[in-house]
Amino acid sequence: MATPLRIIIAKPGLDGHDRGAKVVARALRDAGHEVIYTGLRRTPEQIVRIAMDEDAQVVGLSSLSGAHGFLFPRVCELLRESGLEDVVVFGGGIIPERDRPALIEAGVSAIFGPGTTSIEMIEFLDGLEV
Amino acid sequence: MNRRELARALSSAESITAPPRPNEPWRVLGVTGSPGVGKSCLVDRIVSHWLSRGERVAILAVDPSSPISGGALLGDRMRMASVDAGDDVFFRSIATRNVPGGLPSRLNRMVDLLVQEGWTRIIIETVGSGQSEIRIVAVADRLLLVEGPARGDVIQAEKAGVLELADLVVVNKSDLEGADRVADEIRLSLNLSEGAPAPVLLCSAETGDGVDNMFAIIDNLPSARGPATARARERLLATHQENLLSHPKFADALKGLSEGRLSIEEALSMLQ
Repeated sequence: MATPLRIIIAKPGLDGHDRGAKVVARALRDAGHEVIYTGLRRTPEQIVRIAMDEDAQVVGLSSLSGAHGFLFPRVCELLRESGLEDVVVFGGGIIPERDRPALIEAGVSAIFGPGTTSIEMIEFLDGLEV
Repeated sequence: MNRRELARALSSAESITAPPRPNEPWRVLGVTGSPGVGKSCLVDRIVSHWLSRGERVAILAVDPSSPISGGALLGDRMRMASVDAGDDVFFRSIATRNVPGGLPSRLNRMVDLLVQEGWTRIIIETVGSGQSEIRIVAVADRLLLVEGPARGDVIQAEKAGVLELADLVVVNKSDLEGADRVADEIRLSLNLSEGAPAPVLLCSAETGDGVDNMFAIIDNLPSARGPATARARERLLATHQENLLSHPKFADALKGLSEGRLSIEEALSMLQ
């Protein structure tokens, strides 16, 4: 069996909705990856710290609160500042189409909205060179 | 070694060159017990206590890998509010990767590295485990067994196993009904054994009742209670298993065995 990816699933900011994050965490586990779920209401600083300590290759950010425009780029920026620029970031939740180009520009590799199948997400991860 | 380098090094225990750590002063606390008894919440309390005393605390939290997909959902971290901030605490989630005994064989070397890098207290939280899973004593200097109020009948406490090796037994969730009775049953069972029995405490990680008493006892634990032979036995088995798993022909032997081409004796002889 191939070495599993270590993936952080994180809930940044003041947002209490984690059903989606938990479903994603479970799907990635079932695809053979090692998933660390952070729990609710983590700061970008905490998330980057967790990615570092856990030696993760991937960070998945989930947001439904509308603050993705600040929080996602902030996580990407702090990852770069911490020397973790090789960590792949993807996002999910309620992210309007018009907000996505700016997030991609900031360093988010992919955004998965409602209706995404777990297969799409797993194919994305399988295609990563990490 | 900076934090990032340490985190990286822990991922490939094969490359760790740290010397074996000294036995005293003791540094490694193993925390074990059945699923759901509150190990993570108690560990959170102990971490906060040690941090307040100026210790540098590293936590290695082990969760099971799926025997089907090989993946794992590592959730201990979310229960510990104390671990995501500050330079003096380091938390690492570890999947068992389906090693028998529930503890990854590389754990010993990870601990050696953490000690070399100046971490003064190391907590290993096991997979929620049963009575017969005692591999933890191969790594831990002291063993804390956590119990909860919902337990089977009295004979559960009489069964052999990890209870005999614990240096301290904590009945958590003392705010719930039945905790007193469980503590009494465990005390009765331990009193029938030879030698001074391990202390049995009641406390509640939720409310904080009894935790100060627990800290005082942990900080003054005498030498490990488990017989030296039991500890040496687990260490020997763990090392042997590690050698077996890292044998260059292990995958071939496994394949031959699962395809029916090899007998178990032939597979074993390949691995000598």
